[in-house]
Amino acid sequence: MAIFNLTINGKKQQVDVDPSTPVLWVLRDHLNLAGTKYGCGIAQCGACTIHLEGVAMRSCMLPVSLVGNQSITTIEGLSEDGSHPVQQAWLEHDVAQCGYCQAGQIMNAAALLKANPNPSDAEIEAAMSGNICRCGTYTRIRAAIKTAAAG
Amino acid sequence: MTLIKTTYNRRSFLKTTTLAGGGMMLGFSWLASCNPTPEEVLSMPEEWFEINGFLKIGENGLVTIMSPNPEIGQNVKTSMPMIVAEELDVNWDNVIVEQAPLNTDIFTRQLAGGSQSIRQGWQALRMAGASARRMLMEAAAQAWQVPVGEITTEAGVLHHKNSGKSAGYGEMASAAASIPVPEEVQLKEVRDFKIIGTPRRNVDGLKIVTGQPLFGLDYRREGMLIAMIAHPPAFGLKLKLVDGSAAKAMPGIRDVFTIKTYDEGYEKQWCDTSAFTELAVVVGNTTWEVMNAKKALRLEWEPIPEISEDVTQFGGNKKDIKTPAGLEDSNTHAAKMAEMGAKAAKAVRKDGDPEAAFRNAAKVIERSYSAPFLAHNCMEPMNFFAHVTADKAELVGPVQTPEFMEKSAAARLGLPLEKIDIQMTRQGGGFGRRLYGHFLVEAAVISQKMNAPVKLVYSREDDMTFGAYRPAYHATYRAALDADNRLIAFHVRAGGIPESPLAANRFPAGAVDNYLAEEWSLDSNITVGAFRAPRSNFIAGAEQSFLDEVAEAAGKDPIAFRLELLERARTNPVGENNDYEAARYAGVLELLREKSGWEQPQPGVHRGVAAYFCHNSYVAQVVDIAMENGSPVIRKVHAAVDCGIVVNPLAAANLSEGGIVDGIGHALYSALAFREGAPEQNNFDKYHLIRHNEAPKAIEVHFVKNEIDPTGLGEPLNPPVVGALANALYRATGKRFYEQPFLAGKPVLG
Repeated sequence: MAIFNLTINGKKQQVDVDPSTPVLWVLRDHLNLAGTKYGCGIAQCGACTIHLEGVAMRSCMLPVSLVGNQSITTIEGLSEDGSHPVQQAWLEHDVAQCGYCQAGQIMNAAALLKANPNPSDAEIEAAMSGNICRCGTYTRIRAAIKTAAAG
Repeated sequence: MTLIKTTYNRRSFLKTTTLAGGGMMLGFSWLASCNPTPEEVLSMPEEWFEINGFLKIGENGLVTIMSPNPEIGQNVKTSMPMIVAEELDVNWDNVIVEQAPLNTDIFTRQLAGGSQSIRQGWQALRMAGASARRMLMEAAAQAWQVPVGEITTEAGVLHHKNSGKSAGYGEMASAAASIPVPEEVQLKEVRDFKIIGTPRRNVDGLKIVTGQPLFGLDYRREGMLIAMIAHPPAFGLKLKLVDGSAAKAMPGIRDVFTIKTYDEGYEKQWCDTSAFTELAVVVGNTTWEVMNAKKALRLEWEPIPEISEDVTQFGGNKKDIKTPAGLEDSNTHAAKMAEMGAKAAKAVRKDGDPEAAFRNAAKVIERSYSAPFLAHNCMEPMNFFAHVTADKAELVGPVQTPEFMEKSAAARLGLPLEKIDIQMTRQGGGFGRRLYGHFLVEAAVISQKMNAPVKLVYSREDDMTFGAYRPAYHATYRAALDADNRLIAFHVRAGGIPESPLAANRFPAGAVDNYLAEEWSLDSNITVGAFRAPRSNFIAGAEQSFLDEVAEAAGKDPIAFRLELLERARTNPVGENNDYEAARYAGVLELLREKSGWEQPQPGVHRGVAAYFCHNSYVAQVVDIAMENGSPVIRKVHAAVDCGIVVNPLAAANLSEGGIVDGIGHALYSALAFREGAPEQNNFDKYHLIRHNEAPKAIEVHFVKNEIDPTGLGEPLNPPVVGALANALYRATGKRFYEQPFLAGKPVLG
């Protein structure tokens, strides 16, 4: 066990965990931030996507010991009230079916638009194909990303 | 207006009304995060008055409607309360929705399955709203001393025209709660609907996009422990020995032990399906610690014996289920299925003299189709929370069959049914997997053993390798054409491991003079279950691909060919038990022909069509494929759907799009293969689920407008698209696709 000082959604947090613990489980089990989802544990589905220094990152294989001073943003911290343009676009297109993967989709889309404010279809596909939606909401995800980009 | 007797489940309205007695009722929201936050039209009231088990009204007019059924992404949590709100006649913006717990006294069929929630809930939901509206009207009539017949309502307000009096529902809610439930109620005419038929967004939308803890896996309780299970690596094996000493010594681990999911001699019901009923269990403080300790378990396995057991089926009949011993293999399965497809099987339906017709045919076409086992792969792996004490069990989590699993849990824990409290979370997908709730019982047994609140968590690997899979299927079709290219005989022989996908009375039965349908099955120890559109998810695609070849051989347009057959079925049907209405079937094809621009081909676009009827709804689809850099790209899918009245067009379109993507994805890419009894795929690096870049670029869904009571939409879009896809691929590539997955071996993107 070791003490880690983390900056999560702008707040300082301290956890005492095994250094190998993935950030996903630090968030979910230790910090009561359950918006970041467990889907596969091997960085193949994107449900656990967070931002590390503003860049999309799979948290299920990221040991807490590697975070250092880098800031973490989770879906709970993307905005206080769901007002982030990507969240708003998701609501406008009523994207979710079961909703389980959508936090990861939104975090990935938000990072994409930050790096590339006006992505082409091909760029959206390239960026989003690591995030599985088992309900098959892909066409709505694409439309929502375009709305967020246009807004 | 339609006047109907309130006999359906009226008992429950009476019961709860008496209990509530007009007094204050506390909301039973068990999860702080589930506290509803409606769009701020009205603030939260100080008091709630329960009018019946489905709804309560605050003194300020805010309405809470209980959503009775499990929400697995099919949108019932929005669309079922919409039906109540319609008949109650309130402003939807002043409605908040709560997930109801399991309560068989109030609600009927709290089950997510068979695309039946809306269809079977329709009357009860309308009556719940209409009877509450009537009670409010009677309360106002008494208060104002006027005849109830002179009271009208509009958007949550009661009016009496002659006296000029009016009052909000909130003002009359207390009095209404004491009014006896009416003997009969008036339902609205379809043309008067203000909420049903209008697009309404998901009531949990904001919570989903802000990451609120809505799902079973998100549930937590003070002092809760985490449990994980370890099961045999292969079907056909069982646990022999567990050495948990190393695991138990690891940090954060509380205990390691084995459990039996069901007692010896327990007679299983259909939803108790579980391949591995004896499990090793690791319990600890946190998920990561338990995951690590699980790797330190030393486990030994042994072969299972052949088992034969009576299982109570859905509907109550008992069936002897045989589970053979041995380690099964997909290559052996494929050979056995081909062998079965080549010999006569059990005839289920025979019209005319098919063999004579085949002998006299000008042309005979024969083709075989197959599909592999599939894992459901809900994005939220199986899990359940349990807190079992000496006299009660509190169970919280995602399950599609709470009212069935309550019985299994009660039997296993030795508690009466009323001591089992099941609460449903939002569910990260269902697709049929959560019908089989062994994980709920496992969680309860573990909690009982630990004497503590416990959340059982399956890893993705556990989830994928401990499934209730879509069976492997095979179908052989033969068609006979006469010299004028008329279809004179049709023969289907369909089977699978361990069940046949045959639906003998569906189209084209009824449209062909000489018809033969046969079925066969092979026992297996690989556990299977319902998978979105069970059986139809294979047989529709096979049949619709075959009909495409028959139409081609007959030199006919594939839509015209189907319409010709449907016209025969409509005007002069063969046989009596045809399980479809030919006119509605033809209706979706005609709508699709128009909306897809079928008769105006576009250069470079290769099109395939299919149509199917299952789960009480009719669907026709066109898939448009373009070849880009030598690979097929799905440009667009067009769908025409007849599911009667569409409750929520926004959600209906979304669910339809999802069914299309699901059907295409599995047909193109997915398979669960077995070697020596073990699944070869155990996570998303090996199991190919359709991804963003592989999905159709556009989907357009058109609904037939009618006033027929609504039918299901969770499943019917999925089956035919497999046929439309195969037929489009043929036109794009010149190659027919008979074996799923069509694009086997395509690398998985991570």
